[in-house]
Amino acid sequence: MIWLGIDTSHTPLAVAVVEDDRVLASYQSSLKITHSIGAMPAIEELLKKADIKPSEIDAIAVAIGPGSYTGVRIGVTIGKTLAWTLKKPIFSVSSLQVLASNASYFPGIVCAIMDARRGNVFAGIYTNGEAVKEAHMPLVELLKTVDEMGQPVLFVGMDVGIHWEQIKEVLGDRVERANAAFSLPNAAVLVELAKKLQPTEVHTTVPEYLRITEAEANWMKEQKKNDNK
Amino acid sequence: MIKDQYILGIETSCDETAASIVKNGQEIISNVVASQIESHKRFGGVVPEIASRHHVEQITMVIEEALKQANMLPEDLDAVAVTEGPGLVGALLIGINAAKAFAFANSLPLVGVHHIAGHIYANALVQPMEFPLLALVVSGGHTELVLMKEDGQFDLIGETRDDAAGEAYDKVARVLNLPYPGGPHIDRLANESDGAVPFPRAWLEEGSYDFSFSGLKSAVINYQHNAEQRGEEINPNHLAAGFQESVIEVLTAKTLRAAREFNVKQVIAAGGVAANKGLRKSLEETFVNENIPFYVPPISLCTDNAAMIAAAGNSKFSAGKTSDMSMNGRPGMELNSWK
Ligand SMILES: [Zn+2]
Repeated sequence: MIWLGIDTSHTPLAVAVVEDDRVLASYQSSLKITHSIGAMPAIEELLKKADIKPSEIDAIAVAIGPGSYTGVRIGVTIGKTLAWTLKKPIFSVSSLQVLASNASYFPGIVCAIMDARRGNVFAGIYTNGEAVKEAHMPLVELLKTVDEMGQPVLFVGMDVGIHWEQIKEVLGDRVERANAAFSLPNAAVLVELAKKLQPTEVHTTVPEYLRITEAEANWMKEQKKNDNK
Repeated sequence: MIKDQYILGIETSCDETAASIVKNGQEIISNVVASQIESHKRFGGVVPEIASRHHVEQITMVIEEALKQANMLPEDLDAVAVTEGPGLVGALLIGINAAKAFAFANSLPLVGVHHIAGHIYANALVQPMEFPLLALVVSGGHTELVLMKEDGQFDLIGETRDDAAGEAYDKVARVLNLPYPGGPHIDRLANESDGAVPFPRAWLEEGSYDFSFSGLKSAVINYQHNAEQRGEEINPNHLAAGFQESVIEVLTAKTLRAAREFNVKQVIAAGGVAANKGLRKSLEETFVNENIPFYVPPISLCTDNAAMIAAAGNSKFSAGKTSDMSMNGRPGMELNSWK
């Protein structure tokens, strides 16, 4: 069974072709190349090198977010279009879990984060590979939650560096950070996670933004105000 | 005999998710548009992030429906054409990446199309285009006069220096508390009106084919403001009629002058505002008197759709121009000739 894995949910790009238990080819980069320019050429090249025609793909695994709204949409759009037109199943995997699974052998809590600006992060907390929480929240709140869990914790993700001082300050000696090699999403890891899931319906497969848009938030506030009048 | 050419067109540059199959650049085989207008209405305009989210929800269903209505399979197609720009970048990227994935999976050539070229080629779906041709493209995002000396060749001879005509319509509609999108409402009020507030015309410097609507928009806002301060009720019909008269007079006069100067064989109007009854009537009357054939595609082909992208893509593909998998969305893309 041949899998194509795609993750464009943040700055890094990850694509992999996996045949059963063997990773045929995998690509990872953290270059600031927009995914619209980089993703399809990477898929094209990887499949070509692996000598696999698009029609030979049996399943598509895609990271559905959270992350950069535009980034996530590119991967999901490519994934669902390929799955639909090739008539193959699509598997949707949390982008945070993909990151966290780089450290699946860590004994303790694994915390994957992506910066979401203004002191906020997209964060996933995992123990034994199971998600305890995945949310968009202030970093302060995340650190409090993790602190209260009282176990050793490993932070994963290329944005950890931005917040490392603050993380260290709250969690002290209990916290470690994954090294550079494990800080980027790996599409082969994504495929491994997908293997344990059920496929999603292709047309209704959409990004998991974990956040409504500002316009909608303001609109809902307005509605509430009007209701109270 | 030349083989028939079938192009799948995909359009997501603003708030319509659209896919269509066109034969030989002339005949619509299927034309599917999923409009998001209901969703954006509550915000009084298109919210880019929400538009992008809706495109992802709709895109594969819309393409599937286009194939289904045409009773065709991907292997029956000759190429995939997609709007490359201009437009909302996040929205463009959905159509582009879907088009790329679809083209790649089915080993089809990919053609990037300029949205305005699409609007102009909507005309080819109604009757053959004759060159030299003059196109007035008016929509929420555009006000342009384009001269085409031949198929696939574009000269932008005039454009708006500030607001697009449709944008001015939406802003004036807001002054009158009309629901979004305001264009059709203003058109209706103007047509029912028995008088008109005199507003200025923006002719710009002599000989210019450019447009400007921000002065007119300010004049409308000032008029309403002054009336309010004096405690006077404004007549919305008169205001709408005065505004519309000013817009139409300038659009018509500049189009006529360009048609004469470049000795064109055909004049066409395109874009969402070309659906405006007042504008259509003014242009029709003017060019009947001038003895130059004038056409406006039916409203469904004036507003954003993918058949027009497929039609333009057909011409570009026939000229041997294709794109590759690294195509990016180009929000500020310029109208380039492919011949
Ligand atoms: Zn348009």
